[in-house]
Amino acid sequence: MSVLVYIEQAEGKIKKTSLEAVSFASALAAKTGEGDVIAVALGSVDQAELASVGKAGATKLLHASDSRLDAGVIQAHATAVAQAFEKTGSKTVVLAKSSLGDAVAARLAIKVNAGLVSNVVELPNTDSGYIVKRSIYTGKAFAETSLTTENKILAIKKNAIDLKTDGADAAVESLEVNIPDSDFGSKITATERATGEVLLPEADIVVSGGRGMKGPENWGMIEDLAKTLGAATGCSKPVSDIGWRPHHEHVGQTGVKVAPSLYVAIGISGAIQHLAGVNSSKCIVVINKDPEAPFFKAADYGIVGDAFEVVPKLNEALKAEL
Amino acid sequence: MKILVCITHVPDTTSKIQFTAENTKFDITGVQFIIGPYDDYALARAVELRDQTGGKLTVLNVGEAETEPTLRKALAIGADDAIRVNSNPKDSFFVAKQIAHYAKEGGYDLILMGRESIDFNGGMVHGMVGELLGMPSFSPVMKLDVEGTTVKMAREIEGGKEMLEAQLPLIAGCQEPIAEWKIPNMRGIMSARTKPLNVVDPVTEETQAETQKYQLPPAKGAVKLVDKDNVAELVKLLKNDAKVL
Repeated sequence: MSVLVYIEQAEGKIKKTSLEAVSFASALAAKTGEGDVIAVALGSVDQAELASVGKAGATKLLHASDSRLDAGVIQAHATAVAQAFEKTGSKTVVLAKSSLGDAVAARLAIKVNAGLVSNVVELPNTDSGYIVKRSIYTGKAFAETSLTTENKILAIKKNAIDLKTDGADAAVESLEVNIPDSDFGSKITATERATGEVLLPEADIVVSGGRGMKGPENWGMIEDLAKTLGAATGCSKPVSDIGWRPHHEHVGQTGVKVAPSLYVAIGISGAIQHLAGVNSSKCIVVINKDPEAPFFKAADYGIVGDAFEVVPKLNEALKAEL
Repeated sequence: MKILVCITHVPDTTSKIQFTAENTKFDITGVQFIIGPYDDYALARAVELRDQTGGKLTVLNVGEAETEPTLRKALAIGADDAIRVNSNPKDSFFVAKQIAHYAKEGGYDLILMGRESIDFNGGMVHGMVGELLGMPSFSPVMKLDVEGTTVKMAREIEGGKEMLEAQLPLIAGCQEPIAEWKIPNMRGIMSARTKPLNVVDPVTEETQAETQKYQLPPAKGAVKLVDKDNVAELVKLLKNDAKVL
């Protein structure tokens, strides 16, 4: 028996959210007695990176090194994971919810006839049946969903579990996969990715700006603060709509949903659609000159004041402290 | 080109989320239902593509009779006809099975829907339909152009996007900025009344998951305000009380 974990990588580095999925699977296997936690990594991955999978709780790592799998070709990845699933005789797959993870999980569910639950926020309750708690209504509620299938896939939400770092090295084995050419029928012709920055959906700290920043030329202070905090930068929908910031920074109901430890909102009024994207944050700080801004009602800490005065001062105070 | 757009019937994004019957049912009191915002983007792009290339645009919803005004709105926005699969949408798998069946029957070249519904946020139906039909599926797609049988897309990834090329037929889960939402005009609303809306039976009752209970998150405590001239205090609070630094 084993729990399988689908690992995502970007340019040879394993994603932290995938390591969280490994830790989740490790805790799940301990709970259900499913034994081994087997991570499946696809494409070219740094050898040094493979050990981190063991630290996070995997006992074994299956590596299909076919370089055609370096890019996230959805169909091919789903086929490869399905083959690992059959080979290992696992009944459960755990993966991190993400742009690629969701797309792969859905196809995999059909391939291996598994019940699939997404946005899982904690370990399932297996006292009687198999009940999974998941986030719904864009973070405004939770559902307890019972899975009735023998095979199961859990797509976990960020921060569903603490990352484990004290595991032993995982045994690395190569995985032979047989992927039909038709799975490579679509071509990824180019990839544009912000480099050298913290990625917003995976960040532990996020600093976001809204229309209160008055223009894209004022984003320097947001970026400075983010740099001090090791944070990703985000923005409200109006800001990305008018093109001050790129779309992938839009946080909210129809943008990126974040779940950081700390969310700092600067010059954002806090429309309900924005709050839907941040309500899974552990701690929210709001800086706004309007004391009536609705965001203060959703915040843990607030400063009523002009961002142009407060943010540079806050940055200096943080630099002195960190 | 034959285009199918699958839409959800979901509470407006400003709705207060509450539950009744001992937290086993969504409370619809005072809630206005809309076309899912992501589905609305998919529909808007589909209308543009149909207008460019000709052909036919069908909308589909899996839902009971109360979803018909939502389907009529999609007809008013520009769809040519509508299909309502007459059943409560029990889970993603159930919905995917219905869509796959009627999509196959209709022989569509392009199947679009939102990246996810905004009630259950699963984001799984497009991939499941793709696998059931043996078609490629892509999500979340933020740009989609059709040139002959080649589809050029941009798909959002963490921190950026990737450009893709694939062949019809295919399925895409859409999000902004694929197109601007369209507001129905008076002519659209009038003609929507007489466009065909076909009610069909579900093809299977099979499900894999069942939600038993709902829960609201714990209420948020009051905000702690810090004076704007004392930002050091905020740093201390974040470090020592919230322990997030």
